[in-house]
Amino acid sequence: MTHYIPITDADRQAMLKAIGVERIEDLFVDVPASHRFPPLDLPPPLSEPELMAELNRLSELNAHARRYSIFLGAGAYNHFVPAAVDQILRRGEFYTAYTPYQPEISQGTLQAIFEYQSLICALTGMEIANASHYDGATALAESAIMALNVVRNRRKIVVARGVHPQYRAVLRTYLQGLDVEIVGDETPGSSIADALARVDDQTALLIVQNPDFLGRLHDLRGLGAQVQARGALLAVHFDPIALGLFQTPAEAGADIATAEGQPLGLGLAFGGPYLGIFTTRQKYVHKIAGRIVGVTKDVDGRMAYVLTLRAREQDIRRERATSNICTNQGLMALASAVYMSLMGKRGMRMVAEITYQRAHYAAKRINALPGYRVLADQPFFREFVVQCPRPVAEINAALRAQNIIGGYDLSADEPQLGNAMLVAVTEMNTPAEIDRLVDVLAAL
Amino acid sequence: MNNEEPPIFTYSQPGKIGVNLPAAGVETTPLPAELLRQDDLAGFPELTEPEVIRHFTRISQRNYSIDTGFYPLGSCTMKYNPKLHEEAARLPGFAAAHPLQDEALSQGALQLMYELQSYLGEISGFDAVSLQPAAGAQGELTGILVFRAYHHDRGDTQRTEVLVPDSAHGTNPATAAMVGLKVIELKSDARGNVDLDDLKAKLSPRTAGMMLTNPNTLGLFEEHIVEICRLVHEAGGLMYGDGANFNAILGIAKPGELGFDFMHYNLHKTFTTPHGGGGPGSGAVGCTAELAPYLPGPRVRRRDDGTYEFFTPEKSIGRMKSFHGNFGMLVRAWTYIRSMGAAGLRAVSETAVLNANYVRVMLKDIYPQAIDRICMHEVVLRGQIAGAPKDVRTLDIAKRLIDYGFHPPTIYFPLIVPEALMIEPTETESKQTLDHFIATMRQIAGEAVETPEVLHTAPTKAPVRRLDEVRAARQPILRYDAEAINRLQTAS
Repeated sequence: MTHYIPITDADRQAMLKAIGVERIEDLFVDVPASHRFPPLDLPPPLSEPELMAELNRLSELNAHARRYSIFLGAGAYNHFVPAAVDQILRRGEFYTAYTPYQPEISQGTLQAIFEYQSLICALTGMEIANASHYDGATALAESAIMALNVVRNRRKIVVARGVHPQYRAVLRTYLQGLDVEIVGDETPGSSIADALARVDDQTALLIVQNPDFLGRLHDLRGLGAQVQARGALLAVHFDPIALGLFQTPAEAGADIATAEGQPLGLGLAFGGPYLGIFTTRQKYVHKIAGRIVGVTKDVDGRMAYVLTLRAREQDIRRERATSNICTNQGLMALASAVYMSLMGKRGMRMVAEITYQRAHYAAKRINALPGYRVLADQPFFREFVVQCPRPVAEINAALRAQNIIGGYDLSADEPQLGNAMLVAVTEMNTPAEIDRLVDVLAAL
Repeated sequence: MNNEEPPIFTYSQPGKIGVNLPAAGVETTPLPAELLRQDDLAGFPELTEPEVIRHFTRISQRNYSIDTGFYPLGSCTMKYNPKLHEEAARLPGFAAAHPLQDEALSQGALQLMYELQSYLGEISGFDAVSLQPAAGAQGELTGILVFRAYHHDRGDTQRTEVLVPDSAHGTNPATAAMVGLKVIELKSDARGNVDLDDLKAKLSPRTAGMMLTNPNTLGLFEEHIVEICRLVHEAGGLMYGDGANFNAILGIAKPGELGFDFMHYNLHKTFTTPHGGGGPGSGAVGCTAELAPYLPGPRVRRRDDGTYEFFTPEKSIGRMKSFHGNFGMLVRAWTYIRSMGAAGLRAVSETAVLNANYVRVMLKDIYPQAIDRICMHEVVLRGQIAGAPKDVRTLDIAKRLIDYGFHPPTIYFPLIVPEALMIEPTETESKQTLDHFIATMRQIAGEAVETPEVLHTAPTKAPVRRLDEVRAARQPILRYDAEAINRLQTAS
């Protein structure tokens, strides 16, 4: 017996007797005898206080936002998480429930997902959203699978260079068995216009990201119509915080819009769990993957929520399903719904505005340093490229000594930019912190 | 507590806000006017913090959960989620660390991942583990992509078929299809095992591999598992183990020693990470040394100097998601294994199997067992009660259980069992709870004969009663729309 197993020795004896066996080992006779009860070479168990001490030790071996100033983004951002978000996530009624297959006793989860879907639609201007994917990268990969099912007999996906390199990698992982050509991102520095030029009569989908991986904002109005005129679909990978101020994917004419939901109150969490946001047009509702919650009534006429349009899903359609996805990121969808509800119309705009203003302040100050040059030929939101006088790895090592985590080193992904660092600034970077970064860079 | 809670949008009043944000505090840069959104976030609600908290707390109370009751949902392993794990995952070095910060600044996280890789490998008998997949279905996708890459690497491009038993989870055939492979269904025999003659007939030079859940979805240990693995290997195929039911065999058997080549672990089932109302999960995968070069990266290895680093295997199929997997779930699984130790994990599986068999013998005289054998961690019964009217179905039994305060078992799965009731008690339930559940199931069987209408009209004590699911699908309302909801409420 352990503190998680409430069966006593007396219970066990009584139960074995009821079952009609003598010993617990007798329940495992179907396991081949030669392979039964192998030893497990694991460390001896620890008590709760011992374990918490070891966990604390491991935790403190990591740099984290309470001890370091973070100017690193590249797909994971140190945005503010209101305390109220975690208070809701800690409710056992939410986090110890399963997927809401029994709607009569799952109205809490179902209503939360419905409100998440609604908030995401309001944020993006898109018509429908599903209940989530694993993260931004897999949501983007599923957009390609959906497009191949909507646009029949076309086997080419065009993806712009400005899409996060890890997302482009996941796209290729997902599609490697499907006889699909993925093009458009081969040339460093190539633009959305270059990618659009690759969309031809074999293309099912164009994928762009806005703001792109280098933080630049693009005017995408009219892009959807241009892509659709060639018989393809447009997918826009957006940033949910940027939408507090800037153009929505709906305004771009997107058929599909995906995002990494991490900035919406999830924290950094060393890369996960995050949230894959997936939206599209109403007319494609039967083509999308994953769960969707709708509204109906019970037999007494009360309004109620339920998983709907389930004939698309793997447990019903099996090999003809739109995807194999089952478990998704339900609790993270809840977290983002709480976050968006707390922020509301004004808060979403304010976070975007503080982020924009502080990022531009940081860019101006860094650009004024001798030897440093900020690439600002296009508008940017939260991240910007700084060309540095020395290799980024060296600069970041010096920053670490001052408890600053510097920007993302672009030398592997975009070598044509030279010693280039991608710097991210959010509302969590105070003006004083930005000034300190500038001072440390100046003193190098 | 059963009161309806209106949609959050109905509380909205202009000007409210639920957060306290700093001023920008820097000189202002003009916004690029042509790039601004045009609609001012129309439809976004405006509330204060107390209103948001009350709303979400109220809707949480309309949920059933492990923390509030017995949840014997077969194949889902709804066991207790230890509270220590929630504290562990929220430590700042785990919750507030950036995934791309330098490895030198992430040694605690990397050590934890490295150790978890080792523990999972040891428990399952595999040489290599990747923690990257985010859920069981993504672990399956990883495995089948690895199988494909392995065969192609050997110049063997003709293997386009995946064998899947008719009792399998829907994710198995859906996964094979996502990789562009053809699904070949295998029959089950009278004892609930894979039909060996059918397997032999369907193995061929086109066989890429076989996907098998063991114990299977009938809750039974595959009696011919070693021979099945041998036959598949002789045909040049690979064995995929769906780890959904791994809670039955911790310290009882190692899939790698039985002959499997690859498996996924559902850390959110076997290793107690919470289900979260539908995720996040973690579908870490393990495999033989032969398949290790194809695993997704990044994985973690230990350098000679005792520090840790990420690496990507040489022939990797690529990344499955961004960054390093659902890391918060890895912290919880690591903590669980370190709490339990080897003897504790074996006690987990022994007790899970004991509890399931106890429920089995106490109910099978009334609810016939699908296959009359000793079961593993779950038992599949049939909701066919002698003497009850024909229109009393498993669905009615499930809904009546709700009135008595229990979450229903999984129903109508596996598909090969008519009126299936799949009961998985798990090891974290007491005998008192099991006895109460057994007595309730027997009482419901009596009601099915005496007063079947109470089953047809159940539940009556839940927040809502049975739903019009056809209306939800035919006239879909998939986002908040006050007019559509008003029309719904006034419609007959």
